[in-house]
Amino acid sequence: MPRGEVIINSELCKECSLCVAACPQDVLAIGKTINSKGYHAVEAVAPERCTGCTLCAVMCPDVVLTIKRRSPERK
Amino acid sequence: MQTVFQKPEALTDVQMHYCPGCTHGIIHRLVAEAIDSLGIREQAIGVASVGCSVFAYDYFNCDMQQAAHGRAPAVATGIKRVRPDNIVFTYQGDGDLASIGMAEIVHAAARSENITVIFVNNAIYGMTSGQMAPTTLLGQKTATSPRGRTAEEMGYPIKMCELLATLEGPAYLTRVSTHDSRHVLQAGRAIKKAFEMQQQKKGFALVEVLSTCSVNWGMTPVDALKWVEQNMVPYYPLGVYKDVTAKEGN
Repeated sequence: MPRGEVIINSELCKECSLCVAACPQDVLAIGKTINSKGYHAVEAVAPERCTGCTLCAVMCPDVVLTIKRRSPERK
Repeated sequence: MQTVFQKPEALTDVQMHYCPGCTHGIIHRLVAEAIDSLGIREQAIGVASVGCSVFAYDYFNCDMQQAAHGRAPAVATGIKRVRPDNIVFTYQGDGDLASIGMAEIVHAAARSENITVIFVNNAIYGMTSGQMAPTTLLGQKTATSPRGRTAEEMGYPIKMCELLATLEGPAYLTRVSTHDSRHVLQAGRAIKKAFEMQQQKKGFALVEVLSTCSVNWGMTPVDALKWVEQNMVPYYPLGVYKDVTAKEGN
């Protein structure tokens, strides 16, 4: 189970790729589907590698991304 | 799973009109996050400028006013003096603040008006399609300096933080950047501090944020961030230029 999850609001995406460049795990890539603005929205191509670090969302100018992270398990 | 990042409440659901990869969107979010984290959304009054950020009043989920070109610090002065319990900020670009608005910003700083100024410097006039700005770098090609800016013909780019730091008035002056995630997080902390200074009635606070204009610079958004790091940061050094709370040892 991945540590993090990236939720993409594709309609807001403008295909700028800043999140793709920011992701240290190469989770994200520009996808093939086109949104209503005519941009290829970003997709999570390797969601299993997501650590929930939020760096993609920090660099996104259009608040496309919501990030969830698994709470650390208490022992 | 718990949500660790989501749209701040101080941003509306309106889709921003900025070009793909424009760092205005990032800076809007940082301002909204600062407003959320200080819990001042009901008190905040923003003053939008003229330029690409003219529609900021649609994007911030707090009271907003629109000022004439360059006059945002004067309008903010009026709002703050009439309503001193509100938190008043301006959001201005370099064409607005450093060119037509130079008089207003210098005098607001000299009076140490208790307002917060977010100054977005992308070294060009973005909205009007890429003319030379006061902050355009030497050698930088724009629509009105097609062979590159020369000091002989067009003078030198203005360093606003350094210029305002010569005044007694300002309480907090800092320059931050948006060229990578580490610097964006740093910029967020600086913006939050600039709002806190106003809450503590310290006086004039300005955060200069180095920003991109990939369309008018003629490069991809990713390359534009590299251009900021390689060309703008050396001429506009990042750092704190004035901080009255540092002197007090806080």
